[in-house]
Amino acid sequence: MSELTIKGKVAVVGVGESTYYKRAQSPEPEFTLVLRAILAAAADAGIDAKSIDGFCSYSNDRNLPARLANALGSPELRFSNMQWGSGGGGAAAAIGNAAAAVTAGYADCVVAFRGLAQGQFGRFGAGPRRATISGQGAYTVPYGVMSPAQTYAMRTTRLMHDHDIDRSTLRAISMAAYHHAQNNPRAVMQGRPLDAETYDASRWIVEPFRLYDVCLENDGAAAVIVMSAERARDVTDRPVYPLAVQQGGGHRSGAGVHNQTDYVTSSFKTVVPHLYAQAGVGPADVDVVQSYENFTGGVVMSLIEHGLCTYENANEVLTFDNLVAPTGSLPLNTSGGNLAECYMHGLGLQIEAIRQIRGDSPNPVAGAKVSLANAGPMVEVVSTAIYGTEEALG
Amino acid sequence: MSYLAKGLPAPVPAPDGLDAPYWEGTRQHELRVQRCDDCGQHQWGPEWMCHGCHSFDLSWVAIEGTGRIYSWERPYHPVHPALTDQGPYLVVLVEFPQADNLRMLGNMIGDPLQDVIIGSEVEAVFEDHDDAEVPYTLVQWRCV
Repeated sequence: MSELTIKGKVAVVGVGESTYYKRAQSPEPEFTLVLRAILAAAADAGIDAKSIDGFCSYSNDRNLPARLANALGSPELRFSNMQWGSGGGGAAAAIGNAAAAVTAGYADCVVAFRGLAQGQFGRFGAGPRRATISGQGAYTVPYGVMSPAQTYAMRTTRLMHDHDIDRSTLRAISMAAYHHAQNNPRAVMQGRPLDAETYDASRWIVEPFRLYDVCLENDGAAAVIVMSAERARDVTDRPVYPLAVQQGGGHRSGAGVHNQTDYVTSSFKTVVPHLYAQAGVGPADVDVVQSYENFTGGVVMSLIEHGLCTYENANEVLTFDNLVAPTGSLPLNTSGGNLAECYMHGLGLQIEAIRQIRGDSPNPVAGAKVSLANAGPMVEVVSTAIYGTEEALG
Repeated sequence: MSYLAKGLPAPVPAPDGLDAPYWEGTRQHELRVQRCDDCGQHQWGPEWMCHGCHSFDLSWVAIEGTGRIYSWERPYHPVHPALTDQGPYLVVLVEFPQADNLRMLGNMIGDPLQDVIIGSEVEAVFEDHDDAEVPYTLVQWRCV
């Protein structure tokens, strides 16, 4: 194994969130939500938030590091980083970039964060309101294809066609998320359980996606603080070690107008081999999984491409009973995730993967040593992190 | 007569001129894609360079307006005010065996609730929007 990895060199010391709100329900501006999330993560770590000297985010987050460091009164700002484009596909990558910065010595205490107030700044699920459109959008928007759901339903149709993925498999993913949210006081869907009949009767958003196949839209912020493994052990008694973080996409994953070379993919096929090689673990070692649900169809592709099931057995493996903690064989999205906790653009899923290692998940998987959290499926650039206990470092 | 209700954003060529020949072509009821002068590979979406051989010498060539359905979807939820009273509509992704299996998407003419069969042969239907501020033509599809 090359020494050029983050494994064993860095640790997550703290995680935090603002209150999670339904879309447009936040009484505070997005920037304030980010500050609350960072303060919560610092408190969770037991450190002074002024000691944060680096900031990483993704998806062109609006809350600039200079303003954050200024607001926090940090004595110095040493590292700022933006993971370009691809929306929530950057959630794990932002933590990976923070880990890389710490490993390289660019900064000592780096926070990966995301703030999203869709009330203040507009909905992801709304089409463009303007008279004309050019570029890639000119080939889709005039045909009524303009939201993320409309972009990725097309790919899911072909997945279901090529690999006989059942509707019941999509339903199980959604029901597992809602089941887990019932135990999670942070989840906006706590108190709103989902049964099979309700799923089946729900309206089409864009066939093949029903209402419950589609992520929420929310207001909130989340933060994850990374330090060197050595310093982490001084500040916390429950450091969590990122074993590896990888980002990327395959050949022409960014091709326009649905011309990706490999169409029926979550975009993880080239990312995953590097991920497991760097982490020094394989799919059989993963105790619990957080798989980004923009849409349930993407989760199916992601789990297959991470080696957690196959095209052939996906319908048999991805059942409600198998997907729920603590008894299932493949506990999935144990906080409720983007479907039922909060659409925190995937950073909430990273935090849940970290909590599973610490043991303070709302739906803990007993003895979890290795947890995986991916981000983005089907977008141009995706990312995945694997987290472990000290024992998992080997 | 257009497939979707009026009021969606109108397509215009990219400001840098990259895809102007495509939109000029649809006005003439011609379906154009890029093809590399050096290696002959077709390319879509439009780009300034051939992704196969890195040649900057790309031509716009007309291809036959026929293809086969690669995938489809049926939107119900309106995400734009123009579609509030639209009801469900069909979008198909069409691939072109005659052009290195490039794909384009458009609406499927006919009953929006019809069954769609992946692999079906379709042909282009040019939908003129002559009354737009900058007139344009969309490319829709119907079963052969």
